[in-house]
Amino acid sequence: MPNKTFFWFFLPTGLAMILFIGLPIISTGIQSFYAQHDQIVKEVKKCDPFGCTVSIVVDNEETSKIREAKPLGKFNGFGTYTDRNHLAVDEIKKFWNETESVSAFIDQVTNLPFYKALIFTLTYCLFVTPNVLLLGFIIALSLNAVARKIRGPLIFGTILPMIVTPLVGSLVLFWMIDSQGIIGANIQNLMNDPYLSLKSSKTLTWITIIIYGIWHHSPFAFVVFYAALQTVPQEPVEAAIIDGASRFQRIKHIVLPHIYPVVTFVALISLMDNFRVFEPIIGFSAEGSAQSLSWLIYDNLVNEEVILFGSAAATSIMTIVGIAILLAPVLIRTWKEFRIAR
Amino acid sequence: MDYGLDKKTTSLKTFNTIFIIVWLLIACFPFIWTFWGSFKVRADFFSRSDWWYAISAFNTLIETGGKFTTNAYSQAWTEGEFWKASKNTIIVTIFVVSISLFLGTLGAYALSRSTRNYAFWLLILALIFRAMPHITLVSGYLFPFFELQIWGILPTTIVVLVAINQPFTLWLLYSFFKTVPRELDESALIDGCSYFQTFRHIIMPVMWPGVITAGLFSLMLAYNDFTVTALLLNQENHTMVPKIQSYLGTNQHEGNLMWAVSSVVSATAPLFILVMFFQRQIISGLTAGAIKG
Repeated sequence: MPNKTFFWFFLPTGLAMILFIGLPIISTGIQSFYAQHDQIVKEVKKCDPFGCTVSIVVDNEETSKIREAKPLGKFNGFGTYTDRNHLAVDEIKKFWNETESVSAFIDQVTNLPFYKALIFTLTYCLFVTPNVLLLGFIIALSLNAVARKIRGPLIFGTILPMIVTPLVGSLVLFWMIDSQGIIGANIQNLMNDPYLSLKSSKTLTWITIIIYGIWHHSPFAFVVFYAALQTVPQEPVEAAIIDGASRFQRIKHIVLPHIYPVVTFVALISLMDNFRVFEPIIGFSAEGSAQSLSWLIYDNLVNEEVILFGSAAATSIMTIVGIAILLAPVLIRTWKEFRIAR
Repeated sequence: MDYGLDKKTTSLKTFNTIFIIVWLLIACFPFIWTFWGSFKVRADFFSRSDWWYAISAFNTLIETGGKFTTNAYSQAWTEGEFWKASKNTIIVTIFVVSISLFLGTLGAYALSRSTRNYAFWLLILALIFRAMPHITLVSGYLFPFFELQIWGILPTTIVVLVAINQPFTLWLLYSFFKTVPRELDESALIDGCSYFQTFRHIIMPVMWPGVITAGLFSLMLAYNDFTVTALLLNQENHTMVPKIQSYLGTNQHEGNLMWAVSSVVSATAPLFILVMFFQRQIISGLTAGAIKG
């Protein structure tokens, strides 16, 4: 296809992506260097028969004037990145000097909002991704073994958790697990502890969200693995059966090597999706004990007084850096393959 | 061809059946339970004293006189203005699907027919864009949209959702276009068709399965989106998912919880019916990217 034709065909989609994905990333980058204006205060002198008092109040008129003149806020450089709510450089230095043991230091650092969110996000990725791969593979294997006629409805039932939006999916589970729901109430009875509930324990909340993640993402892994299993050639499998290979050996030495590229694809996609975990936190109303990077951004953006554009943008940029680190190995590999192919 | 070499023992078969039943229970029961509970009153579905009330409908009988009630639905749709939210969802979904298919087919066709290096790099760029968390993009939109005064209205959200959807649509349609043989284009070009005529009259007619699959995924994205619609639309224009969240209220005990339950059912049912009919296309779409790409 000539370059010119290519250009006109690709222009609409390219324009949409540049305007609404490329530019916003740049806009986020610029916003992250600005912070919202401080409120301007003025001294007000109040006099009554008993004497005069001077009080300090917020000058709303001046504040809104300066906000209108410079809507982006004041230039802050890397100030937002290093403040207490983000990388917290000063606080970490202080903790390092003041705390005596390493564990106390780690304890202090993980209480800072950004690190807290980072640790939850990474924990979530670390536990959900491998389990999704494993569960998806097992479901695919076991559905592949049932009679072809009944597979259709079984597949429909299996993919239900994936097609609902994460907010709805987590709400549906939350209403069952909550202390007044069917599962939560029964666990309370079973453990004989009327105060046992999701919200009371941080560990329980984390476990619930991780279980939700596995429940939501496994169907995707299942669908891809199931389709890949259909392409496994039968001859080597039959040869292995005649040679006396056990079921486990057949899977390990024939099936897995065959579907290996698909496994990396699923791992990559679910890693990317898990890194942006956000809606389940709202669905489970778990803001108190579990916060993710995406949730921090959301929280800044729905702030009631002033939207904290700068703070949200700084977290966004660091999230993008995190995604880049996750993606880097894949991109480097693709580039190498591409160079060899040329 | 199955020669019956792979003999399964009875215990393995039993184990397999049990595993599938347990998994299906885990996957489907929450939805069945929510559907069941949406016809009860709050005191039954969220019972403090006894979860069995949700089945025996103890309080529903007292409050409404029947074992099932549709109060939650009628209230949410009228008082809760869920009809407005569903109207908005329908508008957003229709526009997002048609626009993103239009842009996506053109772009993906060009990518699949180009032999240059830049086509490869554009695909990689699309993959990187696909990885961006939506909330980071939204944090980039909000400020410019406020300044341009286009925040809160449906068209902005539609355009944003189309753009966010493009990388995935491109990849999906690209892998479908790759399966259409090049000879088809070439013979049409030799016969004097322009590139656009070839695309319109020769390639598109054989591409319907791919287009339906891509359309379904755009539909699911637009229908299910929370991040973009919750932050870019004002209260009046909210679609279904942010509306459900607004019923929850800040504290669970305020807000009308049963409205949320019934709206969850109302919002999920059309999606399930759709998936029931188009299951084959969805599965082929999810695997197209994985196996060929």
